[in-house]
Amino acid sequence: MLTISGIHEGYVLDHIKAGMAQKVYKDMKLDELHCTIAMIMNVHSNKLGKKDMLKIECPIGSINLDVLGFIDHNITVDIIKDEKIIEKRPLHMPKLITNVISCKNPRCITTTEQELDQVFFLADEENEVYRCKYCEEKYSR
Amino acid sequence: MRHLMSPLDFSVSELEKLMDLGDDIEKNPQKYAHACDGMRLATCFYEPSTRTRLSFESAMLRLGGSVLGFSEAGSSSAAKGESVSDTIKVMGAYANIVAIRHPKEGAPLVASINSDVPVINAGDGGHQHPTQTLTDLHTIRSLTGKIENLTIGLCGDLKFGRTVHSLITALARYNNIRFILISPEELKIPDYIREDVLKKNNIPYEEVVSLEEAMPKLDILYMTRIQRERFFNEEEYLRMRGFYILDKEKMSLAKEKMMVLHPLPRVNEISTAVDKDPRAFYFKQAEKGVYIRMALILTLLETEFKAF
Repeated sequence: MLTISGIHEGYVLDHIKAGMAQKVYKDMKLDELHCTIAMIMNVHSNKLGKKDMLKIECPIGSINLDVLGFIDHNITVDIIKDEKIIEKRPLHMPKLITNVISCKNPRCITTTEQELDQVFFLADEENEVYRCKYCEEKYSR
Repeated sequence: MRHLMSPLDFSVSELEKLMDLGDDIEKNPQKYAHACDGMRLATCFYEPSTRTRLSFESAMLRLGGSVLGFSEAGSSSAAKGESVSDTIKVMGAYANIVAIRHPKEGAPLVASINSDVPVINAGDGGHQHPTQTLTDLHTIRSLTGKIENLTIGLCGDLKFGRTVHSLITALARYNNIRFILISPEELKIPDYIREDVLKKNNIPYEEVVSLEEAMPKLDILYMTRIQRERFFNEEEYLRMRGFYILDKEKMSLAKEKMMVLHPLPRVNEISTAVDKDPRAFYFKQAEKGVYIRMALILTLLETEFKAF
């Protein structure tokens, strides 16, 4: 049995779909945090069968939960302080996301004016559709 | 300060007021002849256009204002690599209002974010062409009295035609509108219009291939051009180009009071013999475009005649 110790301060991202932890790590740019991170994959889960987890030892406030909500709002977030869970933070799909994904429409103005922020807005919450702020092209995951 | 990027930027009630103002301008042009004295409109056209640019210029000149601008990217600093954001930042020093056409989708929005003066989207790629939609709505209202209880046929290139997409989206906000979408299989409306606009708003519609079959049911027939630039294969374009040709014979199947509209330019999809038919309103439609643009300029410039 593999044992991973608890963290003093930071976040536990739980119920990540099995196999997706590396993508979450990359999309959240967690490598830029330069902190201790445990990536635990294929853990047994009653809810999902198998799941991934990330334990991040970092000051509270270091990670952007909006981006995490965009990646997968079904992930559960425990905020840890002094080795105790002080909050279970529900995730929502953010209304706007900036500079996380890029527009793939070759006719979009962002393809020629690259100093522009890549902004997407939540166009349809039920179907989880985001559209580019400029050309309204649907973002395909 | 407001801009116009999409026809949905205005509420239905604002659109009604704008069209009321357009009607009044048409009836009493002298009342508005000096409404924009001393004001300037910049037409920044990064791609060619005949009707839209001249319609904007005519609108401003009729209001007593003056116009300046460029009609292709090659004659502007864009050819030197200047960004839209930078070009627009200095426009406020030259003009009171800007109309911009650009091949890149979203370029007018970038302009509006960086502008000190109102910006009008005069067409951005295959994305939006809101003043054409205002023109279409204004024409429909002028001819029918009220935009409701209508069966509207849209015919031709329903896949790539931005005017069609904008018009369906705008008309979806009115009561009891039914659509008959007439196109070859290859040029049917995109999924997002079918799913996000028609189905989502429970708008009745049918998709058919035969124009003849649809004709007797229509109150309005909106014809569109098959655009050569959308095809990779010339043979395919030529086959599609001849797919629908509205002629006298087909007009004989239509209601006595049906109206034919077309955003123009026409290629061969409406036979010139139809021009004399009293139900052909496409040239009148282009004229209406000037009045609604005058109303738009007066409103965005917040003159004493503004619609809202």
